[in-house]
Amino acid sequence: MWWKIITVILLVYTIIGGLLFEVPRLSIVNETIRGLYFHVPMWFGMVFLFLTSTFFAIRYLRNPTMENDIFSVEFANTGVVFGLLGIFTGMIWANYTWGSPWHGDPKQNGAAITLLVYLAYFVLRGSIENEEQRARLSAAYNIFAFAAMIPLIFIIPRLQDSMHPGSGGNPGFNMYDLDSRMRMVFYPACIGWISLGGWIATLRIRMKIANEKITEWEDEKNR
Amino acid sequence: MLHFFLLLEKEYKLELRRKSVISGLALYLFCTVFISYLVFRLRENLISPLVWSALFWIIILFTVVNTVAKSFIGERRGRDIYFYSMASPSTIILSKIVYNFILCTLLSVTGFLLFILFLGNPIVDKALFILILLLTSMGFASSLTLLSGVAAKANNSNILMAVLSFPVVISILLLAIKVTKNCIDDLDRSVSSHEVVILLAINCLLAAASYLLFPYIWRS
Repeated sequence: MWWKIITVILLVYTIIGGLLFEVPRLSIVNETIRGLYFHVPMWFGMVFLFLTSTFFAIRYLRNPTMENDIFSVEFANTGVVFGLLGIFTGMIWANYTWGSPWHGDPKQNGAAITLLVYLAYFVLRGSIENEEQRARLSAAYNIFAFAAMIPLIFIIPRLQDSMHPGSGGNPGFNMYDLDSRMRMVFYPACIGWISLGGWIATLRIRMKIANEKITEWEDEKNR
Repeated sequence: MLHFFLLLEKEYKLELRRKSVISGLALYLFCTVFISYLVFRLRENLISPLVWSALFWIIILFTVVNTVAKSFIGERRGRDIYFYSMASPSTIILSKIVYNFILCTLLSVTGFLLFILFLGNPIVDKALFILILLLTSMGFASSLTLLSGVAAKANNSNILMAVLSFPVVISILLLAIKVTKNCIDDLDRSVSSHEVVILLAINCLLAAASYLLFPYIWRS
């Protein structure tokens, strides 16, 4: 309960602070630098959600229960939503700073492929009827796809020229785009958005488990 | 270990027994290359080195996906139960990966030769290119074999195989395309060394993941 209150407080602070606090003036980027508080945390959220989904997929393979499967699916679901939001916020930002929404930037392409992986995961789930088999195969694909994604989002974009900051070898946060005033909003924003993702996922999980129970009761009643 | 070689031998013997499958794949490769030749013959010099590399990798990707897909999708139900009762699942996946690796290497080298024959040869650094063919075959074999096992259990296996495999092999393809460009431009080998090492690392990662995950998949 307490972390949900903190999430709300942090996000209200992010929205107010993100839109009103002072930011450094940089050429071309100007005021759009505020997008940092809304665009970048989406990716952190997505990676966190997919990581959790993979964690529960591993747990499912070790201990096949319905709960582990539902956890894995719903975290992946929410992760896809975060990924889409990350792409859209990035497209809006790119439209004003780079000139067009889709630039073929290695990170954009990597993100698009990542989403393709998880869409394939849902197609796989849709095409197996046996529930137990569906859970097992999709858990295996989840883990495998996550392993295949590691080079795609963490290694290859760093090797290529990219318009994102932090390309060409160095990690993403250097002082020219993050001064101490922005850190005051950026770090709380990251925590807030990530825990919002966790919150949405847990709500969906509870809903799904409740649904399963209702169908179970109805089955018993009909018997 | 003995089981591993026996299984490898069995794959080879089965392949020889149903020659139609492997000759079908070779024909598939030939047809696609020939169609590209017929299309691009219409205008001279249209095949720039970049178009060559794009065509090459698209054709190799589709051929290889079809090749590896058959490793589980084509098998009959009763037969795999028999194999699973004889050998451990990790031996089975290893033998299949190694067998598919050999098959993929054969097909990509054949594809390369066909390309030289019909579409010319822009590759200057041939030794490095062959190394890349070997590495990509290894990567394709180690990732697609497992996915074929997953897809075989589902309803519309053939479509599913394509959907599941493309996002997974894209990182291999991206690196291969980059090194191919270096081979065409005849850049110094030290430029590509980084990509080659990463490709090798990805292969190890995917092979290890397949090896660990397969025992969970085959039970059903």
